[in-house]
Amino acid sequence: MFAFYTIYKGYFRTALIVQFQYRVAMLIWLLGGIIEPLMYLVVWRTVSEQQGGSVGGFDTNDFVVYFIAVMLVSHATFTWIMWEYIYRIRMGLFSVMLLKPIHPIHSDIADNIGYKFLTLTVMAPVTLLLAWFFDASWRPAPWTLAAFVPVLILAFLMRFYWEWSLAMVAFWTMRIDAMNQAYIVVGLFFSGRLAPLSLFPEIVQRAADILPFRWMLSFPVELLLGRITPRELLIGIGAQLFWLLAGYLFMQLIYRAGIKRYAAFGA
Amino acid sequence: MYYFRLFATYVRVGILGELEYRANFWINIIQSALDLCVALGGIAVVFSHTDTLGGWRQEELLALIGVYFLIGGLIRTLIRPSMIQFMEDVRQGTLDFKLTKPADSQVLVSIQRIEIWRLVDVLISLPVLGIAFLRLGASLGPIESAVFAVTLLSGALIIYSFWLMLSTCAFWFVKVENIQVIFMSMWPAGRWPVNIYPTWLRAVLTFLVPVAFATTVPASAVSGRITGATLIGTVALAAAMLLVSRWFWRVGIRFYSGASA
Repeated sequence: MFAFYTIYKGYFRTALIVQFQYRVAMLIWLLGGIIEPLMYLVVWRTVSEQQGGSVGGFDTNDFVVYFIAVMLVSHATFTWIMWEYIYRIRMGLFSVMLLKPIHPIHSDIADNIGYKFLTLTVMAPVTLLLAWFFDASWRPAPWTLAAFVPVLILAFLMRFYWEWSLAMVAFWTMRIDAMNQAYIVVGLFFSGRLAPLSLFPEIVQRAADILPFRWMLSFPVELLLGRITPRELLIGIGAQLFWLLAGYLFMQLIYRAGIKRYAAFGA
Repeated sequence: MYYFRLFATYVRVGILGELEYRANFWINIIQSALDLCVALGGIAVVFSHTDTLGGWRQEELLALIGVYFLIGGLIRTLIRPSMIQFMEDVRQGTLDFKLTKPADSQVLVSIQRIEIWRLVDVLISLPVLGIAFLRLGASLGPIESAVFAVTLLSGALIIYSFWLMLSTCAFWFVKVENIQVIFMSMWPAGRWPVNIYPTWLRAVLTFLVPVAFATTVPASAVSGRITGATLIGTVALAAAMLLVSRWFWRVGIRFYSGASA
């Protein structure tokens, strides 16, 4: 445990130093993650206003808070590993990672968290600005805020393990763009990113319960909005733990198989 | 005429190049189909809860999505690949070779790379537009069609001039590839009519990154909701931007001293 602490401290330091060199590029890359929820925020706010102030149990203010929370949770949990892995394998960078006496996922987790800390300096003011522009009002109950912390951490980890596993498909094929995009599109419909899930037809909602996506996004978001009962909270955490464990096992499995297949390029 | 032949040659080279990577065709089909799912799924969910969005009916939004894919396809097929190649050329000094060729440098640079498989987006847009037109039926007369064609062309020219001006900055700042990321991040906002956005965002999408002119304006021409002022303004802006970007390009070329020299 103590060894991990030292290692992560080192990783964080390098991650922060490296990423600080690319601060302008980093700002620009944030844009996409702000525009998308903002777009759906505006769309649903417009629909709600037209329908006399509420749609499917969400009033106009709920939509505003919902999509600001979507922006934050999805920023906190997103990874870019599915695009990076391919580059890593093609350029032979993966060989270097294999030489280190520690599983490569740890440096990726540290990188990701380091990036999130740096970008918090932008996301926090953006959140406040959006809340001000759209006149959002939000009064959370203390217990939901307390529960939000472990829920967000679980969401981050389960998403990380799943996307890290899917990224390893790059061991078998270099053409992963279409797969990555399919993953994003499926996630869009079943995670609540496009609209709160309760606005979708019944069948989509039931499918979303079974799939992992909503437990990564709409569950933490709805918890922040105070739309989750204590009983639903326990079920949700159970689902998150299940998908985290499944993702972990899946990652181990595909990592072992992938390593066997990997023949270093550029060595 | 000469430039048409030149363009045809580049298209041929583009096809030959991409025929080497035939699997990309299928990947592009999958990607475009997925994009279309997102766009259509979005309006399906929205219109299951409302009849109009900011005054736009469902078939009008369908036309908007058609335009979004048509112009988006044009950007991805021709404008973006050529401009990225150009920025790369400035950095590597390979632009010098292109400048020595006996043709207008701006034209050469603008058509130098054609990613033919990306035309799938354009192909996908045609049935979407077709269905939207059919459902709009009565309100789509010859005048609306002509206005649509004019605004579509103007929108495309505005987007081209905008990209050219951004790319021309490469003469001074060399490393500007990230500028195109800004545009591509803002572009999806064009899937929805800009009048639903709050004023500040509408201003950004209209004047800072002219997404509105490329998607909302042509789509509003289809249903005849476009005003005369908007039409004249769009055409005038297209002409102005074409001239300004041309002038800016010349200033840039004069400033450029070659990286390899």
